[in-house]
Amino acid sequence: MVEVRLENLKKYFDKGRVKAVDGINLTIKDGEFLVLLGPSGCGKTTTLRMISGLEVPTAGKIWFEDRDVTYLPPKDRNISMVFQSYAVWPHMKVYDNIAFPLRIKKYPEEEIRKKVKWVAELLQIEELLDRYPAQLSGGQRQRVAVARAIVVEPDVLLMDEPLSNLDAKLRVMMRAEIKKLQAQLKVTTIYVTHDQVEAMTMGDRIAVMRQGKVLQVGPPVEVYSKPNSIFVATFIGAPEMNIMDVTVKETEKGIVLEGEGFEISLPQDLGELLRDYINKTVVFGIRPEHMTVEGISEFLHVKRKAKIKGVVDFVEALGTDTIIHARVGSKIIKVKIPGHVPVELKKEISIIIDLDNIHVFDKSTEKAII
Amino acid sequence: MKVKASYLPYLLILPAFAYLMFFVGYPLIQALYLAFTENGAFSLATVNRTISDPRFWDALKYTIGLAAVIVPTQVGLALVLALVMNRAFKGKDLALYALIIPLTISDVAAGLIWYAMLSPSGFLNKLFLNIGLINNPVYFFGYQFRHMEFLAIVLAELWRATAIVFVIILAGLQMISPEYLEAAEVFGADYWTKLRKIVIPLLKPSIQSALIIRTLFAMQVFGIVWILAGRDIPILAGEGFYQLTEIKDYGVASIYALTIAALSIVLGAMYIKFMKAEYLEVKE
Amino acid sequence: MNEKTKFMLKQIAFYTFVFTVVAWIVVPLIVVALYAFSSKLDYYDPSKIIPFHYTKQWVYTLLFTLRALDAIKNSIIVAVLTIIISFALGIPAGYAIAKFIFPAKDTIKLSIVALRMFPIPVMAIPLVVLYIRLNLIDTLLGVALAHTAMALPFVVLITSSIFAGVSTELEEAAMVFGLTRLGAFLRITLPLALPGLAAAAMFTFVMSWNEVFVASVLTLQHRTLPAQILSIMAGASGGAAPDYYKFAAAFIMMLPAMLFIFFARKYLITMWGITLK
Repeated sequence: MVEVRLENLKKYFDKGRVKAVDGINLTIKDGEFLVLLGPSGCGKTTTLRMISGLEVPTAGKIWFEDRDVTYLPPKDRNISMVFQSYAVWPHMKVYDNIAFPLRIKKYPEEEIRKKVKWVAELLQIEELLDRYPAQLSGGQRQRVAVARAIVVEPDVLLMDEPLSNLDAKLRVMMRAEIKKLQAQLKVTTIYVTHDQVEAMTMGDRIAVMRQGKVLQVGPPVEVYSKPNSIFVATFIGAPEMNIMDVTVKETEKGIVLEGEGFEISLPQDLGELLRDYINKTVVFGIRPEHMTVEGISEFLHVKRKAKIKGVVDFVEALGTDTIIHARVGSKIIKVKIPGHVPVELKKEISIIIDLDNIHVFDKSTEKAII
Repeated sequence: MKVKASYLPYLLILPAFAYLMFFVGYPLIQALYLAFTENGAFSLATVNRTISDPRFWDALKYTIGLAAVIVPTQVGLALVLALVMNRAFKGKDLALYALIIPLTISDVAAGLIWYAMLSPSGFLNKLFLNIGLINNPVYFFGYQFRHMEFLAIVLAELWRATAIVFVIILAGLQMISPEYLEAAEVFGADYWTKLRKIVIPLLKPSIQSALIIRTLFAMQVFGIVWILAGRDIPILAGEGFYQLTEIKDYGVASIYALTIAALSIVLGAMYIKFMKAEYLEVKE
Repeated sequence: MNEKTKFMLKQIAFYTFVFTVVAWIVVPLIVVALYAFSSKLDYYDPSKIIPFHYTKQWVYTLLFTLRALDAIKNSIIVAVLTIIISFALGIPAGYAIAKFIFPAKDTIKLSIVALRMFPIPVMAIPLVVLYIRLNLIDTLLGVALAHTAMALPFVVLITSSIFAGVSTELEEAAMVFGLTRLGAFLRITLPLALPGLAAAAMFTFVMSWNEVFVASVLTLQHRTLPAQILSIMAGASGGAAPDYYKFAAAFIMMLPAMLFIFFARKYLITMWGITLK
């Protein structure tokens, strides 16, 4: 078990024209489950491949504890990997697939048998050991890939979107299983995904990436509740955070945010944070779940509120939740209310905003102010 | 509409299929008739006439011998070439382009080209004479140099037909998902282990079809031998050709043809039986 | 540093290997092209590896005196006939295999795959008897018919793979908007498949152009180029021609093939991949 440290890691392709990874500093603690989250092309897979040794960095260093592994080939790193396509070799039976890493490391056959048995039980694939991959379902192949990855008890376990080829139901199940397995084995794990729900549910910490850079690292709840930028704020959470331009104004009521067709006056502590932005445009953000509609649902434990007017434009009834699309000025604001609630279209409503959960970002740097 | 659609595909295939069946079926029946009858009655006279001629056995021996030398060498060579050409490097397209040129060159032309290389005043003899590697030209052609003719045929065939094997194996290589190799690498396999444990087993179907195609074509080798050695090195197709065009003995020529057919079937079946890729057979 | 030297050495070894292989293929082609135009003296001069004096005499004599020009015409006629007949038969079959699902499809496909390896001598020798009876012996049509039998399995396999590459939905969309199946095929699928079909036609051309056994057996006066060359050049038939005629002959024979490679290079590997699977 080791701590993994990335030091100003860079990977440029095409003679520097494409900066896939552009200076990453990141420490993954011993036994931690870290999720690299980001849209496709953000460099998360390239980062993972550099940690695995399949890709050589353009610059920077990779440390496993105090060992510099930057230029070591994969075989000298004691790592394991679960691939997106599983990469379960079709010409080997399941047993031989799982035994492969052990055989390379010249374990005696007796011990190999024991270890394969152990890991097969762990992943409940004992019945499949004598089959060829062609005879397995996608979910079963996935289990084989995971079994093969943990049978050597690696220092670092790498997973590259391992669940993206599974159907929705299996994905939810495997999510929980992999998380439990990791907690049990306490192996340092780096998990790449573009699925924010996966990231939220599985990671001890999440590193959100964009355009080759890490924007924010932190526990899921922190990344969710205190996003440090517009990108992180909108990338995490579904439906995504409502974002709109507002102007900061000082009035007799204190500091207010003036938007198109609404005005929110801020409590003094929040207002003070925006003193530098008076008469400037900032970006206001509020998650759909941090609003409600007057007369339909009430906030229970919310102390500080603001109210704005809107007109119901469209309603998504999801059963568990109701998402109301309300027109405020020329903008559509989405409000998420638990349970099924009947809402009339075209009706004027009052939207209550939970002021302790608002976000304000700098318009030019896109960094969080509140 | 439904009814129409159900016989439409058959209707579309029928002309091609019937044509092929005729051009395969008729010659086979005709050959059997020519080989095993005399004056309209069953007779083994033609067969006896053929097998009592030592040239028949020589032809059989040389045809199989040439194949036995050429085909395995080609597969080995093509495997190395395909592994090399499957990497990315500068000038790869050009190299690839060069490698597949022989695919389009006929056996007759290939024979003549290698004659230009190997003849007493040919390129290689003059080259080696001039750099002092040899003092007298090496003679490849003429009845007294039959072993050298054999070698010349092997060289020319390697040059001409390795490309076919190369293309098949390269196509097979490109079908192997890179993740299979990366997985092996992550789990500690070095280059040779990857080759032995992953690449070669996964290439088995490609190697099998390359072997079948090359062996079957080797059974009917003709132009290259005819150009480089004439009848000094007898081969089945060549002797059949000779019997047909010079002796006008259609019966004996048919037996040569049938021998080629029989060899093809036996060898093809053998490959399929002994080189089964088990993992491809299993399906739920 | 050590690692770097090792890497460099590996790189050098790699490129040397590639270079050697390419030279092995290309040098004979260059040599034969040069020798085809070499003067007699230069060719027989042991000190001149590469000739310095050139002449068009051998190629001219071959073309006109030794009737290679007529043979080239014959070869072209045979190849074009082969393309026409094999495409007329092969395209419908290829289309059916690509676009329809029907019982026995796999069996039919498999037997076509197997037929492509049917030995040509086995077909040609007994065919002589039939051709004599039908007055097809020594005719170009007769050769083309036999070449069609040789090329047809390839044509079916190549065209079926080309048609499979054209999305069925495009054709179905045309049918939804009022075309018949034939109309949809002619106006949508065929134009989209055209580049591939052109490459396939060149493939067929080269197959026919290069074929020597059938052509030699079935013709006497109306020889195709390989048959004509074989009868002039082959050591066995006694007519061993002077060496430089051989090179001229090789040069003429390989020209169209090289042109084919040039024009169809984009499709080459895929096409051979299909036909050789």
